Amino acid sequence: MAEIPEDEYLLKCTTACAGCSAALALRYVLKAAGPDTVLVVPACCTSVLQGIYPNTAFAVPVYNIAFAAAAACASGMSEAFASEGKKTNVIVFAGDGGTVDIGIQALSGALERGTNFLYICYDNEAYGNTGMQRSGATPIGARTTTTPGGKTDTKKDIDRIIAAHNIPYQATASAAHPKDLFEKVKTALATPGPSFIHILVPCPPGWRIPSDMPVTVGKMAVKTGMWVLWERKYGELTINGPSRAVMKKRLPLKEYLSLQGRFKGITEKQVNELEQQLGKNLAMLAKEEAGEC
Amino acid sequence: MSDPVAMSRPRKGAAGKTGTWRTFRPVVDREACNACGLCAMYCPDACIDADLEIDLEFCKGCGICAQECPKKAIRMDREER
Ligand SMILES: Cc1ncc(C[n+]2csc(CCOP(=O)(O)OP(=O)(O)O)c2C)c(N)n1
Ligand code: SF4
Ligand code: SF4
Ligand code: SF4
Ligand SMILES: [Mg+2]
Repeated sequence: MAEIPEDEYLLKCTTACAGCSAALALRYVLKAAGPDTVLVVPACCTSVLQGIYPNTAFAVPVYNIAFAAAAACASGMSEAFASEGKKTNVIVFAGDGGTVDIGIQALSGALERGTNFLYICYDNEAYGNTGMQRSGATPIGARTTTTPGGKTDTKKDIDRIIAAHNIPYQATASAAHPKDLFEKVKTALATPGPSFIHILVPCPPGWRIPSDMPVTVGKMAVKTGMWVLWERKYGELTINGPSRAVMKKRLPLKEYLSLQGRFKGITEKQVNELEQQLGKNLAMLAKEEAGEC
Repeated sequence: MSDPVAMSRPRKGAAGKTGTWRTFRPVVDREACNACGLCAMYCPDACIDADLEIDLEFCKGCGICAQECPKKAIRMDREER
């Protein structure tokens, strides 16, 4: 296991809300990637996090770009670096709205073309930057500003959509598990061709949790099986770290839901639906890991 | 010469002195601390250094360090301003 470097590429401080775990995740992404890295950022909290022109808190170059264009821009950049013989890492760091909804076709195109890059979706399960509207990644029962009674639709399964592209490396990660995230970014960047990492990032204002709770809530997401840590290298799935134990024994889902104000009004029926989806996801992952599907 | 494109440059304090955001200040009890480093690992803003000194000029007072400390060695004290 590589040692996590002390270098920081987010200078004190970003404009992120106190306790923002998207900033925590990005801290470790950049530690793993190092200085020879370019970030491509579509509109999201991370656009604002950088600070105010003519200054930026980010110590690596950032290309801020329109929602629908992030993965296409990264494709061009990656080709340009390659043609100059450069090994610069090209990383898209995009929100869930920018990934599962607005940027999905450019992403699909870049994966299909075999672009040598890493696409990271940091998932705070809503459109955070514009005031927490629901996104395709918002789970059932969660209150957002556009679903004040709780979302009635299912969270879009972006991981299985990405998996259908058969890319060399794909993983899930969590801001509450920085070492696992660091290792996965290292692996992704060492793998030629496209990689995708989906990071769960609990968000204090959006999830209606106190600013000291994102790491605790992120860990609880894993302990309840609501979020599963895994990676798939050239089609071989491995369930990682704490999620291995969860496959055998997990905490009740309500221990995750009850920590968060956004699930206050969730109905019994919706809790059952979440339970069912969660169980089905765990069963499918277990089968895949065992080579049964 | 001015930049040919609108380009920001990296600088500490690009978002101002974020320590002014704080309503609670983390205080480490060195007696109780076992130097595990988890507080520094989880600080989203990298405000805790290798010697576990907290940079109060920038610490936003989120309290994650206190919440995640296994020794309960960090207290959050209300700021008097
Ligand atoms: C084409 C277009 N539509 C809408 C917007 C407004 N907008 C800016 S950021 C944002 C939310 C992005 O949400 P997400 O990708 O989940 O990132 P987060 O803000 O949660 O980090 C929206 C809707 C925009 N900039 N461009
Ligand atoms: S809204 Fe959420 S994701 Fe966005 S900066 Fe604040 S804490 Fe981070
Ligand atoms: S209160 Fe938050 S910002 Fe301040 S040192 Fe602790 S974790 Fe870092
Ligand atoms: S988490 Fe607690 S025990 Fe560990 S280094 Fe920080 S203050 Fe000390
Ligand atoms: Mg979002």
